[in-house]
Amino acid sequence: MGFRTPLYDAHVALGAKIVPFGGWDMPLHYGSQLDEHHAVRRDAGVFDVSHMQPVDVIGPAAKPYLQYLLANDVNKLVEPGRALYSCMLNQHAGVVDDLICYYLEPGRYRPVVNAATADKDLAWMQARAAGFDVNITRRDDLAMLAVQGPSARGKAEALLPASIRAAAMALKPFHALAGDGWLVGRTGYTGEDGFEIILPAAEVDALWQGLLDAGVAPCGLGARDTLRLEAGMNLYGQDMDEDTDPLAAGLGWTIAWTPPERNFMGRKALEARREAPDLPRFVGLLLTGRGVLRAHQQVLVGGEPVGEITSGGFSPTLERSIALARVAPGVANSNEVAVDIRGKAVPVRIVKPPFVRNGQPKIDL
Amino acid sequence: MSDVPADLKYTDSHEWVRDNGDGTVTVGITDHAQDALGDLVFVELPEVGKQLAAKGACAVVESVKAASDIYSPLAGEVVEVNEALDGAPETINSDPYGEGWIFQLKLAGDDAAAGLLDADAYQQVLEDEE
Repeated sequence: MGFRTPLYDAHVALGAKIVPFGGWDMPLHYGSQLDEHHAVRRDAGVFDVSHMQPVDVIGPAAKPYLQYLLANDVNKLVEPGRALYSCMLNQHAGVVDDLICYYLEPGRYRPVVNAATADKDLAWMQARAAGFDVNITRRDDLAMLAVQGPSARGKAEALLPASIRAAAMALKPFHALAGDGWLVGRTGYTGEDGFEIILPAAEVDALWQGLLDAGVAPCGLGARDTLRLEAGMNLYGQDMDEDTDPLAAGLGWTIAWTPPERNFMGRKALEARREAPDLPRFVGLLLTGRGVLRAHQQVLVGGEPVGEITSGGFSPTLERSIALARVAPGVANSNEVAVDIRGKAVPVRIVKPPFVRNGQPKIDL
Repeated sequence: MSDVPADLKYTDSHEWVRDNGDGTVTVGITDHAQDALGDLVFVELPEVGKQLAAKGACAVVESVKAASDIYSPLAGEVVEVNEALDGAPETINSDPYGEGWIFQLKLAGDDAAAGLLDADAYQQVLEDEE
């Protein structure tokens, strides 16, 4: 048996298919993963993401510590309420984890890390904190919901604490605000509008039920995966890991190279990789032949392997199969590009993710 | 609780077999199998005319989750495949024992039940898996 979120019984009561995920027993779907996917693209869906781990980083040195810990620069968070996506790198520039870091107030930040890596991350963060006047606290008293879709914010509005309701509705994308123990961010992992809400675990049942009563569809990890894949967003452990640097995972945009004097963990190794002639390309693939692209299938050019799919599946929005793949430098579109599906070379086209944003296809089919 | 019709035969790899009484059988995947796979999005059908060995992999169903092989329950020749699944693989989810059939086999032997499980025995397989 794995860990359970405060909503575990609610998931079971809804008929969820429960699967182990990163040490947790989580809902995969509540009947149809496809229906849940479409609910988020067309209306609103809610995910219990309480398995994810908020960590409070508090102290006078919180900012310089995070500037050392993270490849992106928290100095970009010019005012409280801003959020930043970043990788946390090891000395070889491998990705220890990816995270969203919220800026709560001067001297207070809240990174949210992945469930499966939470223990490792905490140990890593503690070990890097030597010499910084900072406290790192695991917030196991909090729960987290992601309510996503074009109608999500509207349906969530009445359920937000009155003290922050108006301000929360006025948030711009990638902004957040705190109040009454809640942290409401206009962020997500689906390519749709919506909120991610971190709140006291004791209050999550009421919010969950309120969202369902408002017509928001409960959605499981299955839909979460197809939605993030369509949105061209990476999944830790699949698209990148400790042996992959962010440049090889399409995450170059998350590295803050300036100022050059900011010495962040992994910087030296990353600068060397940046110049490497064998730096792979991280691309999107659209299957033009028949089948379904899956992680670990080989990408072929003229029958020769040139790379590997890191995430693949069926795109419910496009009704085609799509993938993210790491391929050799110089691999470009031609009618020779294919993927090995059970021994057959099936043609694909190289495309630039995202595949879907805000309900709309972003690539030519 | 999955549906296990009493008039069909089964394999422990979750195919069902309907004896058509004319030397052919119809094959599909069970309600339990479709439920475990989740929403189906692609079916790779066997080729008509192909000779299949019993227990040989002969088709693939792919769900939102994963790809899964289908094994021929008996030896024989593929005489018909359910082309409608090409455009509507989800039919297997909605009607696994009816419109969601996958292929028909002209048997190589005489016994349409050789080595297969009856409904009770298959039910037992499901209970043992839990």
